[in-house]
Order: sequence, then structure tokens, then C-alpha cells
Amino acid sequence: MISGTFNPSMILSILPEISILVLGFLVLFFDLFLSKEHHDKLGWITAGGLGVIIIGCLLVIRPNESVLQTFAFGGMIRYDWMGFTFKMLFLFSAAITAMFAMGMEKIGKRGEFYLLMLASTIGMCLMASAADLIMLYLAIETTSIPLYILAGFITQDEKSTEAGFKYLLFGAMTSAILLYGFSLLYGFTGTTQIYKISNIIQSGGIPTELSFGVLILVIVGFAFKISAVPLHFWAPDVYEGAPTPVAGFLSTASKAAGFSVLLRVLLIAFPEILPYWSAFLVAISTLTMTIGNLLALTQKNIKRMLAYSSIAHAGYALIGLGSITYDSFFGMSSVVFYLIAYVITNLAAFGVVAAFGRVSGSDDIAAYAGLSRRSPALALAMLVAFLSLAGMPPFGGFVVKFIVFAAAVQANLIWLAVVGVLNSIIGLYYYLTVLKVVYLYRSEDEEKPLPIPRSYSLALGVLVTGILLIGIVMAPWLNLSIKSVVSLF
Amino acid sequence: MTPLQIIFIIVAVITLFAAIKVVSSRNLVHAALWLILVLFGIAVFFVILSAGFFAAAQVVIYIGAIAILMIFTIMLTRRVARDSGAQHNSNWWAAAVLSLLLFTGLSWILSRWQGFQSTAQPMLESADPLRQLGEGLVAPGGYLIPFEVASILLVAALIGAITVAWERK
Repeated sequence: MISGTFNPSMILSILPEISILVLGFLVLFFDLFLSKEHHDKLGWITAGGLGVIIIGCLLVIRPNESVLQTFAFGGMIRYDWMGFTFKMLFLFSAAITAMFAMGMEKIGKRGEFYLLMLASTIGMCLMASAADLIMLYLAIETTSIPLYILAGFITQDEKSTEAGFKYLLFGAMTSAILLYGFSLLYGFTGTTQIYKISNIIQSGGIPTELSFGVLILVIVGFAFKISAVPLHFWAPDVYEGAPTPVAGFLSTASKAAGFSVLLRVLLIAFPEILPYWSAFLVAISTLTMTIGNLLALTQKNIKRMLAYSSIAHAGYALIGLGSITYDSFFGMSSVVFYLIAYVITNLAAFGVVAAFGRVSGSDDIAAYAGLSRRSPALALAMLVAFLSLAGMPPFGGFVVKFIVFAAAVQANLIWLAVVGVLNSIIGLYYYLTVLKVVYLYRSEDEEKPLPIPRSYSLALGVLVTGILLIGIVMAPWLNLSIKSVVSLF
Repeated sequence: MTPLQIIFIIVAVITLFAAIKVVSSRNLVHAALWLILVLFGIAVFFVILSAGFFAAAQVVIYIGAIAILMIFTIMLTRRVARDSGAQHNSNWWAAAVLSLLLFTGLSWILSRWQGFQSTAQPMLESADPLRQLGEGLVAPGGYLIPFEVASILLVAALIGAITVAWERK
């Protein structure tokens, strides 16, 4: 019989989700009652509200020494540093995305856009802290379904509609495979609690090939979310067609959410077969980096190029997952650290593309010629974001790449670190090609001004500061990552 | 073989056949009608597993509401009711090989499990699954949060559907 009493302190463990929900309905309310010319304020309400929620959560529910990690609501939710770190990351990227969205003509003035984005953020927050397969599945769907609509939000645009539909079809297929894996897992173990599965697999005499086979079905669902090869086909088409702020949100927050569940499920439910899945992930990581980088080389459209680059970055983060060993937290911490820097950097990259695309109406790399003369500040933000993506010091991307490769070396996977370095060199080439167009090429449009709205300047300023902060002072971020990983167990 | 197993095999064959017809029939209305048969077969599986409530819910929600809604949708958009393009592209054999591999692989790993040969335990007479389900959905120690999240998901999907379908002038 299901028991359990309600304890008001349980509310604290889902405070971020509840606050986002309240904010979402506030946005919907203002959407109805605000006059038409004030509708561009909706983005500020969303971004400001998310900012208030972040500050409130940091003050009120930061996990402290006395309650490090607890289960809430009958083991559906686990309240720990891991979940908290990722939740703050999702809230941050949603706030930045709202600021980018409000400058876009076709999406920025519509309350539904912000509401759907907030609903998806609720799903991501629950993904990061779910400790039960049923909870996890619902969280994944709550994340995905609003994202399908957001990708196809501009219904008059054929490319956007195609993006939404493609994303829906791929998402539905992989989610069915994931659900099949979950149901088999429940069938063998008789429990949906992630923290109890491992014990039952051990004591119940479930053969290794069975648990590994089921795990592969589960990984298929997560690999779609992080767009790892061979489930990466959707990413370039969806990123190209979706509104640019949505593409940025997809490639950062949604991907980080996928990694957060991957970490929790792999480490907590399947520690016995760690050598098998880490070898499997090493293979996927090698393929993902290499294919992502090689295909990015030939792209003419900057959003497609960033899509392949974000596939490659999933590969780099997977190096950290593949380097996990029984006796060290280094591999896992490197993944968390990598994601923090990657989310901030890639948001900046997509922000620049959105700022340029909304004025020029083009996403061709060739159209970026002369950008450094039209808007030196935007070109500088692009320089910082792209060099950080390429892994150049003193930016965040350098530090985290270094840490991930170090984790591979520590796990005796020196060849994997070498593959990663070679891939970074390929990456450097195509990032620099774009920067060459921006800084060295001339164009006839040079005299045309490139107005940048206030929300873009603010968001890009915050992101560039973040990239520099991670690159220069790394200790607090690394400590945060280690603390998150330790709290997982 | 017990009578239940014979019933299961018959229903399984019908359901699989109907499922193949759903994806292979060219007329969308026919496909929707075959889908109703598939959903009905699954309702029978629920009965065999003594999950009477799920069987009733399956019939009422999936057949009674969703499938009927699909047929209405198809009839209201008559132009696309017949698919005229090719039904498979040149990669169909690769998909077939992959599916066959997946099927044999899954069957093999399932056969390695000790529970593969055992028969299902009959449900206890005193068990009251419906009551447990109801309590599970509202008890704070049960599935309260997933239940509430499902309603957030539905609201978001509803708003999204209106956004996509609304024709802007």
C-alpha cells in the first residue's frame, strides 16, 4: 500500500518548478491584458522573473551541509547538488533565450512562446532531479513536446514547420525506444526507483548481456537528446529551420538536460556494468566528435555549421563520460564542468547569429563579410564565443577541454585524448574561417548600420563575462562540479 | 497449453496482422479502422493480465475518443485521404535487416533471463488494484508529482496545438 505523509518542507525541493509555473501563468495573464504595443515587454517579464527565481533559489534552497541530499515525494525527486546545479543552468539559459527571443519579430511578442519555453524548462528541471523512471519519462516528454512546437513556431515559414515536424518524428521514435527500455527494466527489477535498480540487478541474478541490452535501448533515447552519432541526423535540419533563439535553447539547455539524466541513470542504476557502457560511450564519443567536425567543415549556413559543431561538442563531453572509473570522480566532474562552459559559450554563439540574422535576414556565412566594421561589439562577442568553442585560452572552452582530455588520460585512454585534440584542430579551422570572413572580408553593406536591441547587448554582455570568468577563475566551477557529482551517490 | 495461452496467441496474431495493415494500407480511413482493431487487441491483453480497469480505459479513451477523432480528422481533410506516393524508398532492405537484427538480439537477451520460462502468478483475490491506483495518484508518497506534471504537459500541449493550428490573418 502506498503511504507517506505530506511534509511542507517537501515543497522546497520542487520550488524552482513551482515558481516557473507561476511565472508561466503570469506571462499568459499579461499576454491577455497588456495592450498590443506593450507586448514586447513579455520577454522582459520572463527573463526578469527567471532572474528573480534564480536569486530566490540560491538564497532559499541551496543544498547546505545539514540536508545534502534527500528524497522527496516518495522517491520521485532527489534533492541534491547535482539537480540544483543543472536547474540553475537551465533557468539561466531560459532567461537568456527569452532575451534573445524578444528581439525577433515573429516570436518575441507572443506570450505562448514564453509559456511553452517555461513549460519545457520545468521538464528539464525535473529531468535533472528525477529519481524514478516514471517521473523521468514524464519529465522528458514535458521537455520535448513544447520544444517540438517551439521549433515549428513560425508556421508561415516552411523551413520552421519542417524543423518542428522532423524534430517531432525523430523525438517520438526515440522516445518509444526509451520507453521500451524503461518497461523492460521495470519488468526485470520490479521497481521504477532508479536508486533501487542496481541492488536488484546484483541480487536478482540478471545476466550482464540482458542489463546491457536494456541499457542500450535507454541510451538511444538519451543519445537523441544530446544529438550523438548515429542519432544526430535531426540536428542540422532542425537548427537551420527553427527560430535562432530556439535553436540556441535546443543545443544548450536541452542537451545539458540529456547529459544530466545520462549521468544519473548510468552511474546509479548500472554501476555493475560500468566497463561495458564506458567502452560503448568511448566508441560513440569518437564517432560523434569526428563526424560532427568533418561535416561542419563544408557548411555554408552558419546555423548548420553550429549544429554540427554542437554535435562535435557532445562528443567531447562524452569523452568525460567514457573516462569514468570506479575509483575516481574526475571523469564525471569533467562532464558537468564541460556542460557549464559549453552552455554559456554556445548561447553566446547563437545569440550573435540571432542578432545578425534579425537585421540582415540571412544565415549564410558569406553574408557575415564586413561585420567587424558594421558592428565591432557584435564581432567581438562572436570572436570570444567562437574562440571559446574552438578551445582557445583564456576562454572557458579551453579550460574545460583541457579537463576533459585530462580525465581521458587519467583513465588510461590516451588515444582518446589524442583523437580529441586532433578534432579540436579541425574545429579551430572552421571557427577561424568564419572569423576570417567577419574580420578580413569587405562587403558593400559595410555602411549599413546593424542596430542591436538592449536585450541582446545585456544578454551577450553577461555571456561574454561568463566565458571569461570560467576561463580565468576555474576553481569555483570545478569545485561546484565535483560537489554535484559527489552528491549523486 | 492453457486456454489463456491459446487466446493470447490468437489475439496476438490478429493484433500483429492489423498493425501491419495500419502502416501498409493506402487508404487513410482503412488504416484508422485497422488501428481500432490493434487497440482492441491490446485491450484484450489487459484483460488477460487481469487489469480490467486498463482494458476499459483502453476501449473508452483510445477507441472511443482518439481513434474516432482521427477518423473525423481524415474525413474533414478529404484531399489527403489517399496516399499517392511510393510506400517505401530504396533503403527498405537496410531497415528490414536492422529490424530483424534488433528483433533477434532482443529475443536472445530476453531468453537469457531466468523469468523467461516461468508463468505469471495469478493475482491475489484480496488485491484491489483500482484503489491502489487511485491512492497512488494522489498520495504524496506515491505518484503525486508525475500526476501533476502530466497536467502541466497537457496544458502546454493544448496551448501549443492552438498556436500551431490558429490561422493568422
